Amino acid sequence: MTVTEDAATLAPAKEVGQPRRRKEDARLITGRTTWTDNMVLNGMLHLAVVRSPVAHARITGVDVSAAQQAPNVVAVLTGRDLAAEQGSIPCAWPVTADMVNPGHPSIAVDQVNHVGEAVAIVVGRTKAAATDAVELVDIDYELLPPVLDMETAVQDGADLVHDELESNTSYHFVFDAGEAGTGVDTEQAFADAEVVVSRRLVQQRLIPAFMEPRSVVVQPQGDNFTMWSATQIPHVLRVMLAMVTGVPEHKLRIIAPDVGGGFGGKLQVNPEEVLALLVARRLGKPVKWTETRSESLMAAHHGRGQVQFIDIASDRQGNVKGLRVRLLADMGAYLRLITPGVPALGAFMFPGIYKFPAYRFECDGVFTNKVPTDAYRGAGRPEATFAIERIMDELAVELDMDPLELRRKNWIGAEEFPFTTVAGLEYDSGDYEQATQKALDLLGYDELRAEQKRRRESNDPVQLGIGFSTFTEMCGLAPSRVLGSLSYGAGGWESASIRMLPTGKVEVVTGSTPHGQGHETAWSQLVADQLGVPFEDVEVLHGDTAVSPRGMDTYGSRSLVVGGTAVVKAAEKVVAKARKVAAHLLEASEDDLEFADGKFSVRGTPGAAVGIQEIALAVFAAHNYPEDVEPSIDAEATFDPVNFSFPHGTHLCAMEVDTDTGMVKIRKYACVDDVGTVVNPLIVEGQIHGGLAQGIAQALYEEAVYDADGNLTTGSFVDYLVPSAADLPHFDTANTVHVAPGNPIGAKGVGEAGCIASTPAVVNAALDAVRHLGVSDILMPLTPERVWRAIHEGGDGGARAAAGTNAYGGAQTESTAGVSTPQSSLGGDR
Amino acid sequence: MIPAPFAYARPTTVDEALQAIADGGEDVKILAGGQSLIPVMRLRLAAPETVVDLTRVTELRGVREEGDTLVIGAMTTHHDVITDPLIAQHAPLIAEATETVADRQVRRRGTFGGALAHADPAGDLPAVALALDAEFVIAGPNGRRTVGAADFFVDYLTTALEDGELLVEIRVPKLSGTWGVRYEKFNRVAQAWSIVAVAAAVRRENGHIAEARIGLTNMGPTPLRARATEAALAGADATPEAIAAAARSAGEGTSPSSDLNGQADYRAHLVQVLTRRAVSAAAGL
Repeated sequence: MTVTEDAATLAPAKEVGQPRRRKEDARLITGRTTWTDNMVLNGMLHLAVVRSPVAHARITGVDVSAAQQAPNVVAVLTGRDLAAEQGSIPCAWPVTADMVNPGHPSIAVDQVNHVGEAVAIVVGRTKAAATDAVELVDIDYELLPPVLDMETAVQDGADLVHDELESNTSYHFVFDAGEAGTGVDTEQAFADAEVVVSRRLVQQRLIPAFMEPRSVVVQPQGDNFTMWSATQIPHVLRVMLAMVTGVPEHKLRIIAPDVGGGFGGKLQVNPEEVLALLVARRLGKPVKWTETRSESLMAAHHGRGQVQFIDIASDRQGNVKGLRVRLLADMGAYLRLITPGVPALGAFMFPGIYKFPAYRFECDGVFTNKVPTDAYRGAGRPEATFAIERIMDELAVELDMDPLELRRKNWIGAEEFPFTTVAGLEYDSGDYEQATQKALDLLGYDELRAEQKRRRESNDPVQLGIGFSTFTEMCGLAPSRVLGSLSYGAGGWESASIRMLPTGKVEVVTGSTPHGQGHETAWSQLVADQLGVPFEDVEVLHGDTAVSPRGMDTYGSRSLVVGGTAVVKAAEKVVAKARKVAAHLLEASEDDLEFADGKFSVRGTPGAAVGIQEIALAVFAAHNYPEDVEPSIDAEATFDPVNFSFPHGTHLCAMEVDTDTGMVKIRKYACVDDVGTVVNPLIVEGQIHGGLAQGIAQALYEEAVYDADGNLTTGSFVDYLVPSAADLPHFDTANTVHVAPGNPIGAKGVGEAGCIASTPAVVNAALDAVRHLGVSDILMPLTPERVWRAIHEGGDGGARAAAGTNAYGGAQTESTAGVSTPQSSLGGDR
Repeated sequence: MIPAPFAYARPTTVDEALQAIADGGEDVKILAGGQSLIPVMRLRLAAPETVVDLTRVTELRGVREEGDTLVIGAMTTHHDVITDPLIAQHAPLIAEATETVADRQVRRRGTFGGALAHADPAGDLPAVALALDAEFVIAGPNGRRTVGAADFFVDYLTTALEDGELLVEIRVPKLSGTWGVRYEKFNRVAQAWSIVAVAAAVRRENGHIAEARIGLTNMGPTPLRARATEAALAGADATPEAIAAAARSAGEGTSPSSDLNGQADYRAHLVQVLTRRAVSAAAGL
């Protein structure tokens, strides 16, 4: 269709690309909405969980009599009471055929394997009654040696987490490009290489720290159950709970009302969700459980937790020849939903944007007496990106090359897309040079390099460094057939439907359940353009399996790419159905109709037109419609992508390091991301900002620390340090746009980009500032103490003292309710 | 996050408060701003029998002058301390340190006296009170007594306050002469407690440092004075070199803890750097 200039200016502005303020924000920000913990049902009982205060022990005695007699306690249930019906928390991703899965009880029966594991449940008429009675449950433990360090755990003769197993290794996963036919022989490449650089890098454990704690309400009605849960995945949860508990799937309805963040931490079938369902079934009464922040930090799954052995081979000119990765991946005590799959998902991203001819990846999944790990924003890809972007810098140092020049020499050229990598992925589109040049300009690179030189020459106590991260990621999870080939237990499609209401308003039902991302706004923009209806006329429904029966939910930067595409496809079907009705009403041939701005008009017949919103009313009345169609223009669609999408970008961090104290301070941060088509620039920028905060936090602040007994030292926000806006710099952000060829929107996904890209940029920047002082690595998080030690004592900064801070009366000691220390008993706030 | 059950009293005068404390049983906690007590109770690290809430004891709020002394009511909130003109004029070090306490919401509720009586070694105000030679007025069943700062802070979270007593006001001698002050706080994120901090007040005369008072935060179970550095600075030239030399002894007599934020040797190093910076800034260098 040719559009004249006049017509273009008269047409309403397209919604896609508009920085619409999010329609959901007013209720989310003020909290005037339904969070799971707001739910109050008649006769509702409250659960409190008694948790193990020890990391590894046999349960030798349980006495619940005192708790049972406490006021307003209805029941106290132990692992033994529920053993026959609790099943195992499902693991949907057996990454190898011989992966060992010891099973994951929701409540411990004979043995506890991490601090915080559930050992009993108190059911009270009030939350306070249940909480008070937790202290009255008396459990005897026979201690077993805790297995905490992965490198020790994989040694022969190591203490075992699960003594019925042969070792602490759950699986050994290998991807070898030579064997897969996507590369040459890796061992040979290393044997022939002129230069080999090897490093041991550590991905510390992180805690998702979502804003809204986990919460679940279950209401039994007849033989039906309705569960409200603060979950990312109501659809997946429904299937899994049906399989675990035997409650038939069609008798189970899951509702995720507004959910306050997840970051991967609510991509789970939680033990407490299973337990709430079992208790509600047993007692026939509605129940609620909402965790405390302490429980959340201790018992909700953690993220990351890898020791990475990385070898890179190149020639003297800096042409990379091979990459070899060996990982130890911390599973924790059990396998949860995708625990083993997280490092396996990362396997394909270690080569990054570089043209390696050879690549081999091996990973051991290792059991430890810690809470299980699982998805955490980026899930496998940040770990890979960190490793490759760090080792490229190390290679540059070894070759005495500029780290950017080394990258340029090896990255995929813009003209080479689509490009099949050594890991077998087909990268879709992009231009790494363009993004990099734009980022350098944003940062003011040359001036900062000059300043760095001045500071070095004057031996300034504050040194300056610049760090690069030229990254890509695989997003839009995921092509179902690819997931199948990776032994994942489900598909990666997404579903949507569109209901045209009689008044012309539009209900969009999506299977991508948001938990704060702004789906309602973005989907409304998509539909407004597709149907030519006002943005305000669109309502987006989600998160209730009775309203939105099919879906795969939200994670892996998939919602817009996969779920948004399903919405667009459904809208196309609506238009196609409406076209038949329009032709009938206009007494014209379908072929003569044009659809633009919400109206069907007859080509060459001015004035003959009918709006799609009018057609909605016409089919509602159904007085006059074609004989061969149903009286409805509603439609649904399911979209299964053929390939992943591959956002990319260049992130640059300028870092000041105070060599007197070790304090690091981000001086400037600039990033240029290519996420394909931008539907809403405000949302995209918000996702980038949040991702940056989270990725920077891994580099500088966050770490789940366990002491030698397996107690979580970082058991409160006093010791688990989450930065706020006050601790973060201004971000200079921009985009390049290379549309994704794999979906009609052209979007690549943005939810994880900032989190994946920023961590290595920050660490590389700090190292660049102090490398001339002899520092070649510093463990994350880069605490001032570690940085200071690395500068003044050499090494990587070393382990932190495991004691929590003395501030707050030693709050970190609360691993179970009712525990106090001599110090804390002195606490008071006079 | 639900506290264990407790009895609750909300008196409106100091006398009523003392009576409520006396009547409260074995384990009474006094609630001032609640910014430490409430979280500790919610974590069930503290489970007092009775909580006596001072929120409505208005006579404990406010700042006044008595000759050369500034008198700060124990229930004066951090926010009111920061905005008080008398404190700005006569004890700016208190205002500067208080501005670094936690966040805006906490400063609206938390109180000067509460923070001092809690005596958290990582809290910011005890070291300031010590550096300024503040005196603590304590009311009890047998009347009032006054304790100097050096004797008030006894041990980790422990003060000279006995059972049945109440901190009612803090008397701070006005600084006379030309003083410069600086609170040098070192922490990882804005809202966090001090890893180490140094409170310095420096009086300059004729290009020399006539007198320096230095309080150390989180260098032991109680706030401490850097006496060796103070002695080295008395009469010293107000030069970077002299200050740096004096600051090297800032860790003498301290016993810092080792925790996630820093091991003892790192804190011992930090206190030297921070003392140098605090004194330099206070001396106008």
